[in-house]
Amino acid sequence: MNASLHIKGGRIIDPANGIDRIGDLFVRDGIIVDSLPKNEKGERGAEVIDATGKVVSPGLIDIHVHFREPGQSHKETIATGARCAAAGGFTTVVCMPNTSPVADSPATIAWIQERAASTACVNVFCTGAITKGLAGEEMAPIGALAAAGVVALTDDGRCVQNHGVMRRAVEYARHYGLPVMDHCQETTLSADGVMNEGEWSTRLGLPGWPSLAEDLIVARNILLAEETGHPIHCQHISSARSVRLLREARQRGVPITAEACPHHIALTDGELKNFDTNFKMNPPLRTQADIDEIIAGISDGTITILASDHAPHATYEKEVEFDRAPFGILGLETELALFLEILLHQRKALTLPQILGMLTVNPAKFLRLDRGTLSTGAPADITILDPDHAWTVDKNESSSLSRNTPFHGHSLRGRALTTIVGGKVVWDLESGFRS
Amino acid sequence: MTTHQWKHKDLCALADHTPDELITILDTAKAFKGVGERNLKKVPALRGKTLVNFFIEPSTRTRISFELAAMRLSADVINISASASSLEKGETLLDTARNLEALRADLIVIRHQSAGSARFLADRLNASVINAGDGAHEHPTQGLLDAFTIREKLGYIKGVHVAIVGDILFSRVARSNIQLLTKLGAEVTLVGPSTLVPATFACLGVKLVHSIDEVLEEVDVINLLRIQYERQRKEYFPGLGEYTARFGLTKKRAERIKPECLIMHPGPMNRGIEIDSDVADGRGSVILDQVTNGLAVRMAVLYLCSGGAPFAPVTPSATDSLS
Ligand SMILES: [Zn+2]
Ligand SMILES: [Zn+2]
Repeated sequence: MNASLHIKGGRIIDPANGIDRIGDLFVRDGIIVDSLPKNEKGERGAEVIDATGKVVSPGLIDIHVHFREPGQSHKETIATGARCAAAGGFTTVVCMPNTSPVADSPATIAWIQERAASTACVNVFCTGAITKGLAGEEMAPIGALAAAGVVALTDDGRCVQNHGVMRRAVEYARHYGLPVMDHCQETTLSADGVMNEGEWSTRLGLPGWPSLAEDLIVARNILLAEETGHPIHCQHISSARSVRLLREARQRGVPITAEACPHHIALTDGELKNFDTNFKMNPPLRTQADIDEIIAGISDGTITILASDHAPHATYEKEVEFDRAPFGILGLETELALFLEILLHQRKALTLPQILGMLTVNPAKFLRLDRGTLSTGAPADITILDPDHAWTVDKNESSSLSRNTPFHGHSLRGRALTTIVGGKVVWDLESGFRS
Repeated sequence: MTTHQWKHKDLCALADHTPDELITILDTAKAFKGVGERNLKKVPALRGKTLVNFFIEPSTRTRISFELAAMRLSADVINISASASSLEKGETLLDTARNLEALRADLIVIRHQSAGSARFLADRLNASVINAGDGAHEHPTQGLLDAFTIREKLGYIKGVHVAIVGDILFSRVARSNIQLLTKLGAEVTLVGPSTLVPATFACLGVKLVHSIDEVLEEVDVINLLRIQYERQRKEYFPGLGEYTARFGLTKKRAERIKPECLIMHPGPMNRGIEIDSDVADGRGSVILDQVTNGLAVRMAVLYLCSGGAPFAPVTPSATDSLS
């Protein structure tokens, strides 16, 4: 394996540095460098990748994935989840703590980090739980989690219902400089809901999960972020009113951020008409009006981060009555294509550099990761992609251990071609995984 | 009048079917009603076929109605309840379904507490699947028997004004009624507390009213749903007394309805709550006709879904030719 890479003639887009130019990129010993010594150029030393006609981006970052280890390795392992990431063009992912056991202790964090170091082909960062066991009652050992290296706190999958507990957790986390991320769901309003409350829940007779349940917690988080002065990040925003609340708060300078997922801008709740559990996710698919407002929020800077909420479930777990099926869908392998298809090609809501910024520098800055840029001296995490590459999603080609995608058979434009982590090609579209 | 082909293996939801298909079922049911009025109440239409009554959520009435309908068509009938199946032992619905398939069941009638469960089975089995109630989604044969009864008593459905009163939000009967009646041109008004008749129902092409007194004089049919006030419903309305006071079809209110107005109830009734006992047994009540018609409708559904040719709009000879 060559220690050096020479990526030739691509369109280099580095949103962190405002760069968009045709040129060459050099890598040596896992670091981005200005140039290579003469004797390492070309055939003699460096591996040469011809990127002519392609886009060279900082490695994509997804701050919201579920890799199911420890505890549910039949759905996904850190190794298989990392392969999904690489095949989707992602070089860095951030794992949610709703594993079994819950990632609420330094020992579990250490286990995950060890597992990631020995089995994952991309960078895996951990979040820690806000509360013990995600129970929403007692604070997790936040200081110890910070020392163990978590990059944020979240009870994702659950939402802390007790505002007093949440307030103190945010105040406490502030001391350790750990951002708090929240799955926004007020559970007395969402109750037994399994889909968006609206026309389709009315037609199908399925219990509704109103967007009000999200809006209320988004509003709570805005007030807590304002009160404490500490950043709170609202995960997977699904409703129009949440976007409007966030927009207003950010204009006032409240340290609140938000992310959007592909499925919430690609699909409406009408997709549930056949009770297909591959469309069952939390928060649920909503309406076209919600989609339009989320896209408006992505365009105007209200939502600054794009993420997948990659949530694998085994087929036998999903192949049950709709109300009994688990929430969640695969995401990493279709994420880039869906964002490009919808935001770039169909809606022309953003430019390619803007979209890549929301998948690289923005998440990196938010979680203070030393990544998401092609600056000289940065880790050589690089994604080569073709924003126009047309392909059809085939769930059977997934690297995941699960198959729960609602996008099987969808024709999309845009795909990663080569994924480089720490200066090493880990995957490319033509030859697959390198190890 | 033309008779439309019935090309479906299953009956999961009335929302899936065209007005012509729904009329076909009603016409076929009319022919089958004659069978029940004869001395020998049996035809060989399903001889040699096996029907499984798969009732995960218990319902004696509906199960017996399907059972009798199948027997009148000469089918063999097996009843399976939740406790008799392996579902209680953790088996999935899909595994159970595969077992039913392995038993070579031709028709499966399913009652289940989860919306979409009938469709779930129908999509995975070669057998015909008939929905006998899936959660709050649909109860197609109840909708059909209600429409059949209206058509039988009033002679037509188009233009009839039907009030459905009660717990609409959780009612599969209401959803099936709404689908069928609006498709066949009836005017439907939903009546109940605003919590149980939420505004989203307007998307189904119905009117919403939150007081029964507003509609008493103008409707041709009042369909009263069973009102439940168990633990999960307590947050939806303040109590049974208040419900009866505002939405119950009391004797006094019944004096205000049109003389020809039909009073319907899918049963089992809470006498004195959604309906006064005297009203339930009085003039205009077709509650027992509904039960009788349920048999004819279910015979028609079983017959059509197992590949039987639809009957032409009924003439006495069409009925005779069944024997
Ligand atoms: Zn979540
Ligand atoms: Zn999540």
